Amino acid sequence: MIALEKRPQPSAFWSYAAPLVAVILTMIFGAALFAALGKPPLEALSKIFWEPLFGEFSFFYLPQLLVKGAPLVAIALGLSLGFKAGIWNIGAEGQYIIGAICGAAVALAMYPSEARWLVFPAMLIAGAFGGFAWAMIPGILRVKFGTNEILVSLMLVYVAEQLLASMALGAMKNPEGMGFPGSRNMSQMDAATSWISQSNGMHWGVVIALIAVIFAYILFARHILGFQIKLAGQAPRAAAFSGVNPARLILFCLGTSGALAGIAGLTEVSGPAGIVSIDFNVGYGFTAIIVAFLGRLHPVGILLAGGLMALTYIGGDIAQSSLGLPGAAIQVFQGFLLFALLAVDVLTNYRVRLVQRGAA
Amino acid sequence: MLRRTLLASAAATAMLGGLAHADGHAPVKVGFVYVGPIGDGGWTYEHDKGRLAVEAEFGDAVETVFVESVPEGPDAERVMTQMALEGADLIFTTSFGYMDPTINVAANFPDVAFEHATGYKQADNVSVYSARFYEGRAVQGHIAGQITESNVIGYIASFPIPEVIRGINSAYIHAKEVNPDVEFKIIWAYTWFDPAKEAEAANVLIEQGADVILQHTDSTAPQAAAAAANDAGATVYTFGQASDMGEFAPMPRVSSIIDDWAPYYIARTQAVMDGTWESTSTWDGIGAGMVGIGEISDAIPAEVKASAEDMVARLASGEYHAFTGPINKQDGSVWLAEGETASDYGDDGLAGLNFYVEGLTAEVPQ
Repeated sequence: MIALEKRPQPSAFWSYAAPLVAVILTMIFGAALFAALGKPPLEALSKIFWEPLFGEFSFFYLPQLLVKGAPLVAIALGLSLGFKAGIWNIGAEGQYIIGAICGAAVALAMYPSEARWLVFPAMLIAGAFGGFAWAMIPGILRVKFGTNEILVSLMLVYVAEQLLASMALGAMKNPEGMGFPGSRNMSQMDAATSWISQSNGMHWGVVIALIAVIFAYILFARHILGFQIKLAGQAPRAAAFSGVNPARLILFCLGTSGALAGIAGLTEVSGPAGIVSIDFNVGYGFTAIIVAFLGRLHPVGILLAGGLMALTYIGGDIAQSSLGLPGAAIQVFQGFLLFALLAVDVLTNYRVRLVQRGAA
Repeated sequence: MLRRTLLASAAATAMLGGLAHADGHAPVKVGFVYVGPIGDGGWTYEHDKGRLAVEAEFGDAVETVFVESVPEGPDAERVMTQMALEGADLIFTTSFGYMDPTINVAANFPDVAFEHATGYKQADNVSVYSARFYEGRAVQGHIAGQITESNVIGYIASFPIPEVIRGINSAYIHAKEVNPDVEFKIIWAYTWFDPAKEAEAANVLIEQGADVILQHTDSTAPQAAAAAANDAGATVYTFGQASDMGEFAPMPRVSSIIDDWAPYYIARTQAVMDGTWESTSTWDGIGAGMVGIGEISDAIPAEVKASAEDMVARLASGEYHAFTGPINKQDGSVWLAEGETASDYGDDGLAGLNFYVEGLTAEVPQ
């Protein structure tokens, strides 16, 4: 009989090995799935993992990897702060939307100003503040009234989506758009675009995500606040005794993740997306939760996990068009990654033992 | 700049592929970008039937590729570029939200032909095409107004864009014409395809007393919701959207609007093969066969069926225009004078229609 025995300490080996094993398991599972669908399994895997990086058209796909990965990394980093401390912000998608709306509001209000030195920084501040403010709602409700931040932040996603639709159809509608919904295209405004070099996939969202990785790394490695976050998550009572202010911690974690999500939304709407449209959000805020855990809530891990996730999106689309793989198969494949990770994660905290029946 | 040169050289490679075809070696490659899954049973399903028809028509002379469930935004741009890089000669982008991405990508690939469905931005290598779905909506309204007992007709709308608003107006005008007491309840789902949301919308409408449900979303979930209500003793009628949805006939589905893209897709592929493709704007209706009316089931009275079929014939022949005055706008001002028909373009034209007609009580979402 197989039994699970709790480890006295989480295994350091498995906490690093688990994501790798999960990726390998996912590949094996994916190969079996694709084979069952009658597609060449190895070719499908190489289309997903190899083609975007080293294939004939990698000059186009590599920059796309930055575009697709940047919002995932930025949002996941913010989420990881709270997740470490046991503060569950599930509504990053909403904060992402509100950040985009606030930043776009500044850009559209100042149009056709050409003062980039003024417009773009103002957009960044507005975007960050929008995400921050939206995350403060569950934060303050939790601190003042003890509400559950998981539910409140999640519900606010749907409120944000309604606001987004209303903006795209009303206040922010392009006056020259013949009555169709959607704002003016900000990626074409020199003063407001977040693009630095479109051909290289570089926009300010990418830069900020990378800077955030460094800051998060320093925070956890060097700063007392990083220590307090970890302590609050692992031993709340010990944290209380050592003088950690839980209310301040909750507001800090939610606020920071909201601001990062807001910036990700703003840089997306003024660059790759270009316009405030009804379905501007495509689920980065939710996928980032997977990225945060796949990256072990570690800044460098999140950077790698964000890249991997972006790779499966881009490679998945390539596999669809070149091999005729169904889109749903790609989604199952991506979903299995989290599933495998959670399954393998058991080994971090538990040891597998073969026990003789009845011996216990 | 880098991207432009790289893409230009890639486009040149793609063009070489095209030249090779002229020698009879490589097939013409046609790409399709879909907003939903091909199994949605509605909009994307019909586009994919068009793709399969192209394959059946040309056999080995053509190669088709597609990517499904592509979000409208940067992802769409990436998928289109990917298809162009991989040597597509013709790319159909089949949702309104692909408009700007199509224009952007087309600018990078001047030798690839693009076809954008339901939009209004054309370019030298971008055609636009759409169907006059509102003709089908007129028939639905004509039937719905006569079969409703509660005088409440439910409408599951997707996005408040002209195409959808045209449909609501057309259905309302023709329902009102046969039943002055009729009332429309409209729910905006803000999605083209989300079976859970669509089913929920249908259930809410049924609870609010609607006994006919029209949908401008792509899944069969509202049909299933109505069927479930009917099993529980209600009488709710529905109409198939984009596809026949015939598996729900004769009840609740009593008829349908069918998008038939196959002839258009075959003609455009042929044009690329012949080298005669050029940028065009196509807007066809029942007459040209782009809009089909699914069989009207026997669940409705024979005289209603007969008058609906007569309307289909008059729309097809062009004898009757679905928007014929007198029609007032919602605010009471005159839109179309007695006998006047709506123009396609220009102020208050059908292409950019963004207001309700008189009698509808809801407001266009702002």
